[in-house]
Amino acid sequence: MSTPQIEIQIIASLVALACAIPGVFLVLRKMAMISDAISHAILPGIVVGFILTNSINSPLLIVLAALTGVLTVTVVELISKTRLVKEDAAIGLVFPALFSIGVILISKGVGNIHLDTDSVLLGELAFAPFDRLVVSGVDIGPKSAWVMGAILIINLLFTLVFFKELKISTFDPGLAKSLGFVPVILNYALMSTVSITTVGAFDAVGAILVVAFMIAPAATAYLITDRLKIMIFLAALIGVIAAISGYWMARFLDASIAGSMATMCGIIFLFVFLTGSKRGIISVIRRKYKQKFEFAQMTLVMHIENHSGENDDINERRKIHLKDHFGWDEKFIDKVAHLSVTSKLLEINDNVFSITYKGKQFVDAANSLVTARYHPGFAVLRKEFSIFAG
Amino acid sequence: MDFIDFIISLFTDYTTRTIGMGTAVLGIASGTLGAFTVLRKQSLLGDAIAHASLPGIALAFLITGIKNPFVFFVGAALSGWLATLWIMSIVNNTRIKSDAALGVVLAVFFGVGLVLLTYIQKLPNANQAGLETFLFGQAATLIKEDVIIMLVITIFSLLCIFMLWKEFKLVTFDPQFARSIGYKTNLLDFILNTLIVLAIVLGLQTVGVVLMSALLIAPAAAARQWTDKLGRMVVLSAIFGALSGLAGTAISSTGAKISTGPTIVLSAVFIVFISFMFAPRRGLIAKAVQRGKNRHRLALNKIFQSMYEICKNHDNPGHKHSLAILKTLPEFNKRTVRVLQEKDLISIDKKRDWCLTAKGLKKIEEMTDNEN
Repeated sequence: MSTPQIEIQIIASLVALACAIPGVFLVLRKMAMISDAISHAILPGIVVGFILTNSINSPLLIVLAALTGVLTVTVVELISKTRLVKEDAAIGLVFPALFSIGVILISKGVGNIHLDTDSVLLGELAFAPFDRLVVSGVDIGPKSAWVMGAILIINLLFTLVFFKELKISTFDPGLAKSLGFVPVILNYALMSTVSITTVGAFDAVGAILVVAFMIAPAATAYLITDRLKIMIFLAALIGVIAAISGYWMARFLDASIAGSMATMCGIIFLFVFLTGSKRGIISVIRRKYKQKFEFAQMTLVMHIENHSGENDDINERRKIHLKDHFGWDEKFIDKVAHLSVTSKLLEINDNVFSITYKGKQFVDAANSLVTARYHPGFAVLRKEFSIFAG
Repeated sequence: MDFIDFIISLFTDYTTRTIGMGTAVLGIASGTLGAFTVLRKQSLLGDAIAHASLPGIALAFLITGIKNPFVFFVGAALSGWLATLWIMSIVNNTRIKSDAALGVVLAVFFGVGLVLLTYIQKLPNANQAGLETFLFGQAATLIKEDVIIMLVITIFSLLCIFMLWKEFKLVTFDPQFARSIGYKTNLLDFILNTLIVLAIVLGLQTVGVVLMSALLIAPAAAARQWTDKLGRMVVLSAIFGALSGLAGTAISSTGAKISTGPTIVLSAVFIVFISFMFAPRRGLIAKAVQRGKNRHRLALNKIFQSMYEICKNHDNPGHKHSLAILKTLPEFNKRTVRVLQEKDLISIDKKRDWCLTAKGLKKIEEMTDNEN
């Protein structure tokens, strides 16, 4: 690997790490699309900053553009407060408007900028290593690496210092308020870090793919874990894996680096979405399927037990009767019957069910479980109204 | 005067007429369907669909190797539709909420699209239109065939909406109720989403991937302010959409070198701004006026009642009191006193002493009766 190659991967990894941290909170606070809005809306800020500073990496430009991002959030909140439109519509109105202003400023060549809308949207990571930071004559590496490194440290510090506040206000805003935190200030602080990160990263990966790095790894991690700290760690890890594998995919296909990284984010997400151990779609569907039969079996066994012994009613125990009683179709009845017989809860003779000893034990245990979960007062009620008397 | 030139050339110039027709038809399609997306709180779905159409366009070109608007259209629609399905599946089957699902799908599809486009650009037969056209739209590239496709699809969508009006209305406002009375809400969702995908894909060439969602939201958000009736809202939204399309194209064609996407979007947002401000009843100005009126009425009531409280303790209802004793009330000012005087509820003599009039006493009785 040549030095620029390594440097590109370092920059991309820094972007992934810096994005993952605020990204987790955005996903948990259901504000993911705000990052999309910010990433578009910073365009006019970048243009104005560029006119003023004439440099794409100047700190002033980053601050100006980040302010535009925060301004977007403010305007969105102001509009939603008027209740004229819902918040999502407000987001969808504000960022295209700001972005349009940015595009027009660029295409009218205001201030004679050499800023390309393509590169703002899509970024060009391949050129990042050529913009060097030189301190008193010594080349200390690519500028974007330093910028992203600084932003990563800001995000890390912010999260570490306010971890408890962020955590509580994310999961229980009411509690946070009653404890005396100021959710509004915390929210704006978070939005500021999102803005700064977006501005810092757009140069490398472009506005739209910042969204990929912020949201996709965090959403993937959210499918894997319930713990906030682990989620942040996983999101960062997934981001870095996507960044590095995306770089090599781009080399292999000779295609857009940023696009390839977003694609890798998507592939990892898709993989976890499909196969994830607990929350993956395959196991969700399998679980729902299994639960359906488990529940049907329990219902059937309870039903048969209700109509055996003292209240014996052979007609209620006939297989044909189930179709009317539960509205099950024949295939389903066969399957449930087969399962119940295999698990030795029921026996079947001449298409009439009868309960086994094991089945009876199960029903007793289940009934006592149901009873145990009720308030003791219900026991009296139950007797009075002969509920569960069968 | 460039704008007037544009209007004139709409009738005289063939190219301008084609483009004008195209943008107006697009505005109608997106305005109509936008009304439903905004009411269903799916405003940002359009953004995701628009971005997600990019890989479809690229794949359509990769597979067929031809640059035909209809081929692009089919590719874009398929991938936009696939994205919608994925979003729905994420929201329905995992704990990820719709915002994050939209974000993931939008960014990932767009990323895949970029990979494919940059890959195509390096192929030897790459005579593809610039990426810029699809990102920001260029109405000038519209030709008659495009406009015919747009027209056919728009008429088809309008017909669907017309035929399924009652059903769409119900799934928009009360999907649970619709399901409970036996409507196939999944099927209706599917049809509505398909129409939305079509409307968005229609606009890609003119407005572009990045900004197309705004053309879906803005006319509907504006129309919402003027009426509470779905029918009127849809019609208004279509009109606003057509107007934004025409105005945007006009501005873009006169101020050279600007893509049509941004100008159309800014025109639409301008209509939204006007509506937010000036719409009767819901508009901000109307609301401020209403609030002022309410405050004034409350102040009058409060002061009048305090006056009664003071009078009540006197045997003689006509006993005069000094105005100075009311000064402690925050509602007290010259205006409120004057209005009460004009309404003949109180009378004030030359010494600036006041008492309730006979009419005022009667009014108080009415008010207390109403309370009871």
